[in-house]
Amino acid sequence: MTAPTPPAGIKARLKLVRPGTGDHPGFTLNADLSLPGDRVSALFGPSGSGKTTCLRAIAGLERAADAYVAVNGEVWQDDAQDIFVPAHQRAVGYVFQNAALFTHLTVAQNLNYGRQRVPVAQQRVPLEQVVELLGLAGLMKRQPGTLSGGERQRVAIARALATSPKLMLMDEPLASLDAKRKAEILPYLEKLRDQLHIPIIYVSHASDEVARLADHLVLLDTGHVTDSGVTGDLMTRLDLSLAHGDTAGAIVQATISSHEPAYHLTLADFPGGRLCVPQQMMGAGQSLRIRIQARDVSLTLAPQTGTSILNILPVTVTALSDDSPGQMMVRLDATGTPLLARITRKSADTLGLATLQGTGQLVYAQVKGVAILGT
Amino acid sequence: MTAIILTLKLAGLTTVILLLLGTPLAWWLARTRSAWKGVVGAVVALPLVLPPTVIGFYLLVTLGPNGPVGQLTQALGLGLLPFTFAGLVVGSVLYSMPFVVQPLQNAFEAVGDQPLEAAATLRASPLDTFFSVVLPLARPGYLTATVMGFAHTVGEFGVVLMMGGNIPGQTRVVSVQIYDYVEALEYAHAHWLAGGLVVFSFAVLMVLYLLNPTGRRRSGRPGASA
Repeated sequence: MTAPTPPAGIKARLKLVRPGTGDHPGFTLNADLSLPGDRVSALFGPSGSGKTTCLRAIAGLERAADAYVAVNGEVWQDDAQDIFVPAHQRAVGYVFQNAALFTHLTVAQNLNYGRQRVPVAQQRVPLEQVVELLGLAGLMKRQPGTLSGGERQRVAIARALATSPKLMLMDEPLASLDAKRKAEILPYLEKLRDQLHIPIIYVSHASDEVARLADHLVLLDTGHVTDSGVTGDLMTRLDLSLAHGDTAGAIVQATISSHEPAYHLTLADFPGGRLCVPQQMMGAGQSLRIRIQARDVSLTLAPQTGTSILNILPVTVTALSDDSPGQMMVRLDATGTPLLARITRKSADTLGLATLQGTGQLVYAQVKGVAILGT
Repeated sequence: MTAIILTLKLAGLTTVILLLLGTPLAWWLARTRSAWKGVVGAVVALPLVLPPTVIGFYLLVTLGPNGPVGQLTQALGLGLLPFTFAGLVVGSVLYSMPFVVQPLQNAFEAVGDQPLEAAATLRASPLDTFFSVVLPLARPGYLTATVMGFAHTVGEFGVVLMMGGNIPGQTRVVSVQIYDYVEALEYAHAHWLAGGLVVFSFAVLMVLYLLNPTGRRRSGRPGASA
């Protein structure tokens, strides 16, 4: 009897019941994940939603009672067929929230610990590349106790990568860091995503990290998947809490078309139009991930002239929803790319946006500011 | 002199046996969620609270010609253990067990789950993890266990007297020898041995506190924190 070849991509059906004890209520995980096999997927949700438990079950650190886990054609667990590959035999790279470096080993020894346990034939990621990618050359002889939080986290990522994993699992690797250290590590994570083509499942409860890194997004709540899809789509879905509040915003994937060095500006095109962004050190044709926050977008019925705002995009109104008191969130469509605008209820009424909804009539989105998320 | 050599031999052998037996036992105690944990832990700790004469008495009875273990050793052709050096080793292993098992258990518990899980995700099998991660991290515990197990065996008296008797070169260890000297009113000899034990014990504990980084941290050096 031969089992059917498992599909490409990452499939994880996880069922797990943790009985409650005393003060702790029980927890039930019942999640069905289907993720792209070569991109960054984020598990997003409040604490206690089961994000970490999903990662632990995929890594085999915790045994889900009834589970199916397959990564790009390799079955790690299938309880229907009594398959359970123990954690140390799964080609997984796990980055713990608090790095979990071995304190009795130097940085170099930490990096080698996993790598030397992988057969040479399976070592696809050269150690030198990992060290370079995460900027660790100067730290190799240090003891973990002497490293800063950000450095520790970089070593932990490198240590996991050095095992040439078929899947990287990252459990809020930036949660223990302040904004400055976060900003220091994020570019490394982007390089990792763009250069190594190893699928990553990234757990986070910070929407800015998710916006920046994740291509695919899974929303978890109390152990259940509430929604999943392309990050840019989910972040602009007005029925989801992600698309509300001060940090809500859309993601635009654009291509650099030209530079205006005299003004220190770069022009980037996307299907919905052209955006002027702060000058980027990349050539034409390179792709650029841009975040446009809802609070930075205002709407006009006619295109404005004589304004200091450079980025004005023709859009249609696809949906409206209440946000905070007195504020409305408007979902816009810029020729296929969803955008968000947060405006006052009074403005929405004055412009008559409710009547425009779904009519396809053009309005104009004025974008006050953009944030470059990377490539 | 024979008493000193005999004592060192007994303490050394007991410590080695205890480290070998104590490691899996302490590991089990540190990791298990079984309901038996409390029972086994209490049994291991019994010598801490029982008078050594009680332990010696029961050992004598169990290992003696009519005791279950005594009948077993006889059936196996090993003879009887009481009043032999082997019997002393058995008694010392039981008597000093908490002094080895408890520091090891504490050290294993202090290692925690995280390094084990990290090692598992880095392809180390559980046995590999034990030798490459747990043992190095638990080193202070091993130092404490070795020193305490050794020193405590050197200092034992009641168990030896109850089940070892006082056979020169076989079971007459330093502590018993001191007792003999005092009985015979040979105070000068008793002083030499007793003073020697005091110096030895002090030196051992000094070494322990100087070498053991956890001990050092616990004692707290003012101004040492970065």
